[in-house]
Amino acid sequence: MSNATSAHSVVEPSTTTKRIAGIIVVLYAIITMVPLAWIFMTSFKSPPDSISYPPKLVFTPTLEGYCNLFTTRTRQTPEYIQSLGPPQSTCDEITRSRNMVIAGPSNYWPRFTNSMVIAFGSTFLAVFLGTLAAYGFSRFRVPLADDLLFFILSTRMMPPIAVAIPIYLMYRELGLSDTALGMILLYTAVNVSLAVWLLKGFMDEIPREYEEAAMIDGYTRLQAFRKVVLPQATTGIAATAIFCLIFAWNEYAFAVLLTSGTAQTAPPFIPTIIGEGGMDWPAVAAGTTIFLVPILVFTILLRKQLLRGITFGAVRK
Amino acid sequence: MAEIRVENLRKQFGDFTAVEDSSFTVHDGEFLALLGPSGCGKTTTLRMIAGLELPTSGKILLDDEDVTFNRASARDIAFVFQLFALYPHMNVRKNIGFPLLSQGVAKAEIRKRVEETARLLQIGHILDRSVSGLAGGDRQRVALGRAIVRRPKCFLMDEPLGTLDAEFREVMVHELRELHNRIHATTVYVTHDQHEAMAMADKIAVMNHGIIEQYGTPQEVYNRPASMYVADFIGSPPMNFLKFQSGLESGATTIRLGDVPISVPEVHAVREPGELALGVRPEHVRFSDTAPLRGAVYGSEYLGTNQIVSVETAQGMVKARVPADLNFTIGETVGLDLNSDKLSLFDCASGKAVPSSLYAEARHG
Repeated sequence: MSNATSAHSVVEPSTTTKRIAGIIVVLYAIITMVPLAWIFMTSFKSPPDSISYPPKLVFTPTLEGYCNLFTTRTRQTPEYIQSLGPPQSTCDEITRSRNMVIAGPSNYWPRFTNSMVIAFGSTFLAVFLGTLAAYGFSRFRVPLADDLLFFILSTRMMPPIAVAIPIYLMYRELGLSDTALGMILLYTAVNVSLAVWLLKGFMDEIPREYEEAAMIDGYTRLQAFRKVVLPQATTGIAATAIFCLIFAWNEYAFAVLLTSGTAQTAPPFIPTIIGEGGMDWPAVAAGTTIFLVPILVFTILLRKQLLRGITFGAVRK
Repeated sequence: MAEIRVENLRKQFGDFTAVEDSSFTVHDGEFLALLGPSGCGKTTTLRMIAGLELPTSGKILLDDEDVTFNRASARDIAFVFQLFALYPHMNVRKNIGFPLLSQGVAKAEIRKRVEETARLLQIGHILDRSVSGLAGGDRQRVALGRAIVRRPKCFLMDEPLGTLDAEFREVMVHELRELHNRIHATTVYVTHDQHEAMAMADKIAVMNHGIIEQYGTPQEVYNRPASMYVADFIGSPPMNFLKFQSGLESGATTIRLGDVPISVPEVHAVREPGELALGVRPEHVRFSDTAPLRGAVYGSEYLGTNQIVSVETAQGMVKARVPADLNFTIGETVGLDLNSDKLSLFDCASGKAVPSSLYAEARHG
């Protein structure tokens, strides 16, 4: 009576289960990818195409969004434009076709550079401090260690906006408002708690015997830390760095409150890109697309570290 | 190579005393096994010698130099960890050469010495492999290689065979002893396995609750256990204890187990009446129809070369190691003949052995 094809395995999921799981994963991927794909497509649309209804899936791609992102333009009479020489670049041509001329570069590139400096600077600092602190918490008998760790975690419990005003006042007095240094310090302070907690977990996983062996082999604790512990913590450090970088890169609330000019990062700048008669959506989309690139590259570069196992099994557990 | 002297060493973790007042000397080239159950303080003692823990009080001398509070890196000792602690991000060659690197030895010299060591341990063929793929025994050899490459003053080993399977452990016991014979390194070896300790060590220190219960050669520890604890811990099956109430006079050569007289080695001490125990190893019990000590056969474990028979007597269960071909039936009453020369007496209150002519031999020879 019973279907005698194969015995049912307890551990191995059945084919149907696998198929259903696969479909769910694909659906989830589509749902998360659609907004990104839409932004990417919008960045190549012309302004009228970007706001047309129903939305256009098929359109003639143009670099107008990218041109508008990187330039400021002024409107001129057709006669004036006629009097100019041949266009210097593709962007020049596109701009002239809209009866405008390029007046100069936009602020996007400086803002993007600010983002790079602030995000990578604060990530480096947070991971550096976090690694040392985590090692200390993991290996030494720190007085009140649990309370200190809780205190470190508690710095993340408030919404940033709750402390934004005091920080704003403090920074104004200290001359740190609208400076890259101020933003680096602020993001480091926020990220260091995440770094300490994440890295402490990774450090706890590294058996003490490695350092003890190295110290017996004639190394000081600091040398043992550098030569034996750090190489094994790379996975944890890479994972922590990615989390810190994503936070610092995407942070909006502090950036919008504490920066306005010289130190402004890309997130508060992108929504302010305004074209003729409203938002310049292709330019906004172009800015967002470029903004996504560094974090994508960083994650892909560190992917190997992330995937590699924590220890390679030389200590048997 | 060097002599290790430990004087009144003591270690406390909060209220817990891990090691209490231990003193012993490991002579140059000697192999000492610290033997005891888990939590007896043997590993703590070893870690203090290594410099991985600092003692609460007491002294550690390496070749007469007081190193009690020296850093581990300044002691010139090697340590083999239970889990080997091979650096996973380095291959075998780099692992073995790592201690030399810290001493600033030239690259060519490191290469030469690593290869020499590898030849000694017969691991030359795996030098360029990653340590993660190695089998247990090879990892063990690499860990040993890392320890001996530097020719340190002494080796400390913390249950290095604990994670190997039984079959392989025997091979490694043999290899370790052979290695020791070849390089004559002063060695302190921590283990909870009496067979390892008996098979390898020149001296054994049996530890219990942070105290060294007995320090001596494997023969001494086995034949003349200083306490009931040692007698029970060493030997498989352990020593039998037959409890009885009596006092002892110096010069006595017989005791009475109930109504049964048993001759024992000449007693060299006086004991007030109290609970005593007669200690007898299973191999010193023979079945004899004429023996006055009698009991009923309770069961047997067949071991191939011989068998362990449990016999219930009025003083408690006695295990006897008898020839494998001896026949008997469960419940049968048998007589037990004890080998008089090899009997120990213990004071049950203190657990200590009562001095006798058997024990006096130890001191004089």
